[in-house]
Amino acid sequence: MDTKISTDRLKVFFGKAQVLKEITIAVHRNTITGFMGPSGSGKSTLISVINRMIDFENNVRIEGEAAIDGTSILDGSINPIELRRRVGTVFAVPIPLPRSIFENIAYGPKLKGTTDRTSLHHIVEDSLKKAFLWDEVKDRLSTSALKLSGGQQQRLCLARTLALKPEIILLDEPCSGLDPVSTAKIEDALSELKSEYTIILVSNNTKQIARISDFSAFFYLGELIEYNTTEKVFTTPTESKTEDYIQGKFG
Amino acid sequence: MRINPRIINRLVRMGLNVQAFFTVGILIIIVAIIFFKGFPHMSFAFIFSFPEDMGREGGIFPSIVGTIQLALLSILFATPLGLGTAIFLTEYTRESLFTKLIRFGVESLAGIPSILYGLFGFIFFVIKLKMGWSLLAGVLTMTIMILPTIIRTSEEAIRAVPRQLRIVSYSLSASKWETIKKVVLPAAMPGILTGIMLSIGRAVGETAAIIFTMGSSLRLPLSVMESGRTMAVHFYILAREGISMEKAYGTAVVLVLSILLINILAYYIMNKAIARYS
Repeated sequence: MDTKISTDRLKVFFGKAQVLKEITIAVHRNTITGFMGPSGSGKSTLISVINRMIDFENNVRIEGEAAIDGTSILDGSINPIELRRRVGTVFAVPIPLPRSIFENIAYGPKLKGTTDRTSLHHIVEDSLKKAFLWDEVKDRLSTSALKLSGGQQQRLCLARTLALKPEIILLDEPCSGLDPVSTAKIEDALSELKSEYTIILVSNNTKQIARISDFSAFFYLGELIEYNTTEKVFTTPTESKTEDYIQGKFG
Repeated sequence: MRINPRIINRLVRMGLNVQAFFTVGILIIIVAIIFFKGFPHMSFAFIFSFPEDMGREGGIFPSIVGTIQLALLSILFATPLGLGTAIFLTEYTRESLFTKLIRFGVESLAGIPSILYGLFGFIFFVIKLKMGWSLLAGVLTMTIMILPTIIRTSEEAIRAVPRQLRIVSYSLSASKWETIKKVVLPAAMPGILTGIMLSIGRAVGETAAIIFTMGSSLRLPLSVMESGRTMAVHFYILAREGISMEKAYGTAVVLVLSILLINILAYYIMNKAIARYS
């Protein structure tokens, strides 16, 4: 299997507290990898290293290595802005920018320098289609994105990320505030997208991980407890902690 | 004995009603007196003709122009300076002794009586920099005077923009400045505009600092190096020196109406800005 993202003994400290303990993991290209674990397990922190959003936290110290396509992303010569074009992020709470649907999607491409109206239209349409939102909004692209429902807003955020034409999509509990129907739509979109993108899905919802991910990683208190194909992790976990978590004994 | 909460509720409500009516009532009485005394002297000619005999006769055209010049130029100078300071304080510095010092300075600046600004402007701009009594000296003095208001209101407006909006912008590959320009400032615009409006009101209504720096010439200022007179100064001089109470109240009516007009315009612009970004 082809490795897209890898970390080597990655450690992260917030002040004196160590939130990631020697994480070594290889995430495979064009798969959905589920990161699960109770809150405080470090899964979101790991994500924020990969997209370098951790730069906006105070008092952080990172040790070890993290790489995409074998190239370090922690190196000083890496431009985090360029990196974030390759690594798109969808957050737990959908936060549309206070502007129209069209302008939300076009935000990233415009920053990249795409100003031509027809190209922008093309990107917006393409991204909205991939996020399974096009049919619902195609007649009102110029209305405020804040007027969309919660589920639509989250798909808008996914489309907005896709418009960056990233290689990797990180989703940090993207369905935590959504109803089952909206969740299903996001999951359908992700299953379609994995042929083109490498996707990491952080979730507290083990059923969701089991449903759509190819590989699953279980984190606990900053440690990677178990990492394998989703089938193996959910049917024959090697660690009792993993089994207990999947069975809902703690969480 | 415990008093029935419903009775207390009713009393509180009555009390608050009285307070609100009292506040609005005072405002209405002031405006009514001004209009009652001044409106008969208002006319097309009063607004568009030049004063004669020290303002005893004729109109107030130069002072209307002077007011607009002073307010617009001061805002033009103070807004970029104040907004820049606010952006620096909120986005580019961590809370430190340095920022506390700047903020303390800004607040102290806001508390200084306007006559002291006038004296400073007189000594520094008029005498030291040899500007003489001029529009420029008035504008520079006014700029310093309204800076604290613009900084404070802009800073609060920028601070009120949710952190998540910035995070989302960064995650979509925006740099810090792009985020400020495209997300933070548009979201903070209504608050920033409020500060600008308050400042225009202050510039329009100021007398003490203006007399010392811009002077009180009755002529129409055609360059920034000429002296001129704002409506507020004109009103003050007409009334203080007993030149003409009728003309003074006429001026006051125009002054009040223009402040009203500015406020309406501000609300209009603000609503447009809000509609665009929501």
